[in-house]
Amino acid sequence: MIWNSPGEFFAMGGYGLYVWGSFGVCLLALIIEPLLLAKRRTEVLRSLRRELSIKEETR
Amino acid sequence: MSTITWKYASPQHFYPLAGKMIPWFLALTLVFGAVGLWLGLFVAPTDAQQGQGYRIIFVHVAASWMSMFLYVVMAFWAGVGLGFNTRLSSMMASAIAPTGAMFAFLSLWTGALWGKPMWGTWWVWDARLTSELILFFLYLGFIALQAAIDDTRRADKAGAIIALVGVVNVPIIYFSVMWWNTLHQGASVSLTKGSSMAHTMLLGMLLMALCFWMYSIVMTLLRVRAIMLERERHTEWVARLQEVQS
Amino acid sequence: MTTLGVFLAVVRRDLLVALRRKSEVLTSLFFFVIVVSLFPLGIGPEMDLLRKIAPGVLWVAALLATMLSLNRLFANDHADGTLEQMALAPVPLGLLVAGKIFAHWLVAGLPLVLIAPVLGVQFDLGSRPLGVLMLSLLLGTPLLSLIGAIGAALTLGVRGGGVLVSLLTLPLFIPALIFGAGAVEADISGMGAAGHLSLLGGLLALAAFFAPWATTGALRIALE
Repeated sequence: MIWNSPGEFFAMGGYGLYVWGSFGVCLLALIIEPLLLAKRRTEVLRSLRRELSIKEETR
Repeated sequence: MSTITWKYASPQHFYPLAGKMIPWFLALTLVFGAVGLWLGLFVAPTDAQQGQGYRIIFVHVAASWMSMFLYVVMAFWAGVGLGFNTRLSSMMASAIAPTGAMFAFLSLWTGALWGKPMWGTWWVWDARLTSELILFFLYLGFIALQAAIDDTRRADKAGAIIALVGVVNVPIIYFSVMWWNTLHQGASVSLTKGSSMAHTMLLGMLLMALCFWMYSIVMTLLRVRAIMLERERHTEWVARLQEVQS
Repeated sequence: MTTLGVFLAVVRRDLLVALRRKSEVLTSLFFFVIVVSLFPLGIGPEMDLLRKIAPGVLWVAALLATMLSLNRLFANDHADGTLEQMALAPVPLGLLVAGKIFAHWLVAGLPLVLIAPVLGVQFDLGSRPLGVLMLSLLLGTPLLSLIGAIGAALTLGVRGGGVLVSLLTLPLFIPALIFGAGAVEADISGMGAAGHLSLLGGLLALAAFFAPWATTGALRIALE
């Protein structure tokens, strides 16, 4: 283990802002993208269900 | 064998297959990510010149590699869609683009955060960062062109042309930017020549790249399924899907 | 009609059309002149600084002026149905496209080459760098027309056309910009412009071969 304490780990030898700014934004992006996709999927499914029910009614 | 390949070239059959593939690639993403981060943040030694700041390479390099790799794959599928007139290939290309653009952006963001403590400015006209910026523009161009054209088949084919023109130009652009940068003695955002690449550093970078690759596959499969539902909305097989019926 | 005959006929026709719409032609030329003049106004009149930025400024202005003139390449013919006629003609569409691009360069690119030295003098460029500038633009502006044609064809009739064309083609212009402006800078610094200019020439040859082909493909897609 190269870190002597959690404090050292978060400070990253003074570069904490840059290192965590990088890893943090990457993590954020990798969470936001799937969330946006999930939203896209639910919207499509909702509109498909609506279309289908309209078709059923007008049959 | 040929029946298997041609069967999955149709959206109707690829949709469930993609759905089944997603959990496996998600698992790979998490495994590679966990090991890569452990190596990068807990095992790899401190760099002699850049201290702990160099650890950004573990995400920066992986993001750069992915942005470039995804562009080539996107251009490949777009080209196949254009040449063979297969709808699914074009859908794959369109599905890859946003993820590729995102990695290009992450490459730029992490590159800036790496450059700032090393060079003092939030942006450095480093050859690779500048090429990455141009690649980001190429992604945006592809996405914008497809968004602007209403007719999906025309959007597919037009996008294919710009993607193929782009992929041919990427080496030219990279070479010209390298030329430009070396002539002007620009700064370079990378490990300095004095640093030695410890095995753990290399392995960490590789694992993070694999993590991002698996992630890209998951995102592409998810997105192509959404695209299929949007585009094939008037077909029987979509109407019969469980998730639509419920 | 021979291949060359067809090519020249298309060039002649486009030149005639351009002559009748002189204002369009002159607008991009004036744009070039005005944009170049904006830089000293924005940066300051220090000759030392202006001399340094001159190659880049002139080249970027040439890029932007070419961008502006691209919509004229196919849009007018598309609007009145001529483009469809061209696609149906028994002549290879690629040949007609090549003719149109050449005519576009004569009208939009060549004037920039000719007026650049006058503007270069405003930036106190010496006579040899001015010569290199003209040569670099002479090689570069056809390259810009060729690459720009692809973008113009892809965005034919698409909404948001002008901005979209810029987004698509400006990144592709960058190697031309680097080698073109770089040639002048290399000449000023004493390194010699030969390397840059040969690379620029190489790109032009490559584009002359591939761009009409890609443009024709894009036009067929747009006309479907």
